[in-house]
Amino acid sequence: MQDYIYTENLCKNYGSVKAINNLNLNVRAGEIFGFLGPNGAGKTTTIRVLTTLTRPTSGYVSVGGYDIRDEIDKVKKVIGVVQQHLSLDRDLTVRENMEFHARIQHLSSSKRKQRITELLEYVELTEYADKMIDMLSGGMKKKASIVCSLLHEPKLLFLDEPTVGLDAQARRRLWDLVRRLNKDGTTIFLTTHYIEEAEVLCDRVGIMHHGQLIAVDDPANLREKVGSIVVETLVDNKDTHYQFFANREVATNYVKRLPSEVKTVIIRESNLEDVFIEQTGEKVGDP
Amino acid sequence: MTTLGDIYSVFWVDLRNMRRHWKATIATSLVLPLLYLVAFGYGLGRGVNVGDLDYLSFVIPGIVGLTAFSTSFNGAASKLHVDKFFYKSFDELLMSPVRSHSIIIGKSLIGVVRGSISAIAIYLVGLILAPTLLISPIFFLMLLLSCFVFSLFGVLIALVVHTHHGMGNFTTLVILPMTFLCGTFFSLDQLPAVAKAVLYFLPLTHSANLLRATVLGLSFPWLSFVGLLIFGVAFFIGCMVALKRSSV
Repeated sequence: MQDYIYTENLCKNYGSVKAINNLNLNVRAGEIFGFLGPNGAGKTTTIRVLTTLTRPTSGYVSVGGYDIRDEIDKVKKVIGVVQQHLSLDRDLTVRENMEFHARIQHLSSSKRKQRITELLEYVELTEYADKMIDMLSGGMKKKASIVCSLLHEPKLLFLDEPTVGLDAQARRRLWDLVRRLNKDGTTIFLTTHYIEEAEVLCDRVGIMHHGQLIAVDDPANLREKVGSIVVETLVDNKDTHYQFFANREVATNYVKRLPSEVKTVIIRESNLEDVFIEQTGEKVGDP
Repeated sequence: MTTLGDIYSVFWVDLRNMRRHWKATIATSLVLPLLYLVAFGYGLGRGVNVGDLDYLSFVIPGIVGLTAFSTSFNGAASKLHVDKFFYKSFDELLMSPVRSHSIIIGKSLIGVVRGSISAIAIYLVGLILAPTLLISPIFFLMLLLSCFVFSLFGVLIALVVHTHHGMGNFTTLVILPMTFLCGTFFSLDQLPAVAKAVLYFLPLTHSANLLRATVLGLSFPWLSFVGLLIFGVAFFIGCMVALKRSSV
C-alpha cells in the first residue's frame, strides 16, 4: 500500500531546541491515522512541516508521493488542512469563504459552483450557506472549515484537534463525517487530545514524545503491548498506581497479593490513555 | 491560473469584506484629513503664503498625500494583521498553491482601493476650497503609485510585526510623525540641510512632492518619482523575504 506521508529522520530545530528529533513516520493511503502526544511533544511542528508551513531542518519528507522540498506546489494540491482554530473569515458567509478557498485552489468558475453545491449538501449546510460564519454553532463552523478544505478534492486531509470545544452530540456527528470522508477515499491524518476519539476513529495511532515517535500501531495492538488488563490502586488516598497484565487471571492473582492498606482497587480493560501514560509518563493534554 | 488570476483571488476576499463595511470604512478614513484641511488649511493657514503659493493650495496636495499614505498603509496592514492573528486565515493562503508574489500584491490592493477613494474624496473637497488646483491624469497616476507603495509598506509591517501592541507602537512612532514631517504641511526648504536629507529617506516626502507638482502644474520631480519607485521595490522585496522567513 502506498504511503501518503513518509518521513525519514525528519528533524526540525529552533535554535538548540529539537522540536522534531529524527521522526520516522508513514501514513498509508486510505487509513485514518491518529497522532497523539502531550503538549510540546512536537505534534504541531510536525503538522506544520507536513502541510508546507514550516521547512524541515533535515531529513526526507514526502506527502502524497511528492518531495516536500522539491515539489511543494504538487504537495499543496493534494492536501487539505483543517486547523485547530477556526481559520475562516468571520466577516464573510459560508459560501463566500468556500468561494475564496475554491479560487485560491485554482478551480474554474463552473467547477467552483459545482463543488460548493455538492459539499454544502454533503455536510448538510445548504440552508446555512449564506449565513455569516459567526452565526453558526461550533459544530457547523467546524463543518464549514472542513468543506473549505475539501473543495479541491484532496487525497489527504489533515484534521488538527477537530472536535475541540464541541459538545458530545456535535462531536459524534463530526466523527460520522470523518468516517464518511474516509470511506469515500480520503486519507485522514488526525491529531486529538480525546483518547476516545482516537480509539473510535483511527486505524492506526502514533504517539509522539519529545519530538520522536515512541509507538505506532493499531489501537488494539498498542493496548496488548502494554497489557490488555490494568489494575488501578490508590495508596494513602494520594497517588494512583497502574499495573498492566496480559490477562484478567494474572491481574486477579496480583490483586489478591496486595497488602491490606491498599483500599481502592479497580480491575479493567486497558485503553489508549493507559498506553499513552505508560509510554510517555504523562497524561494526554499535560503541559 | 495566471498570476493576475491569483492576485485577483487574494484581493477578492478583501474586496468582498470591504463591500460589507464600505460606508464606515470610507467615513472613518476621511475624518482626520478633513480636520487637518479645516484646521491647517482653512484656519491657521489663511493669509499665509509658501513661496508664490497661497497656503491652502500648498497644503491640499500634502493632505491628499498623507490621506493616501495613512489610509493605504492602515488598509493593507490592518486587514492582513486581522487575517494573521484574529481570523488565522492567512495560513490558508500560505498552504494554497498561490505564489508569494501574488499574495503580496493581492494583499496590498485593498490598501490601494481604500487609499485612492479617501485621497480622491479629499482632493475633490480641496478643489472646492482652492479652485486653482489642476485636474490632471498624471496626478491620478502618481496617486495610484503612492497608494501602491504605501500599501506594500503596510503589508511588510503586518508580516514582520507579530503583536497587536507592536502594530500600535509602529503607527504611533513611525507613521504618525511621517504624516506631519514629510513636506505635507510645510515646505522642506525651511528645514536645515541635514533634516531635509533625512526626510528624503521617507516615502511620503516623495509622494507629497509628486502630488503637489502634478496638481499645481510645477515641473515634474523625477527624483521623487524614482525615489518612490525604489521604495516600492524595496518594500516588495522586504515582503518576499518576510514571507520566506515565516516558513523557517
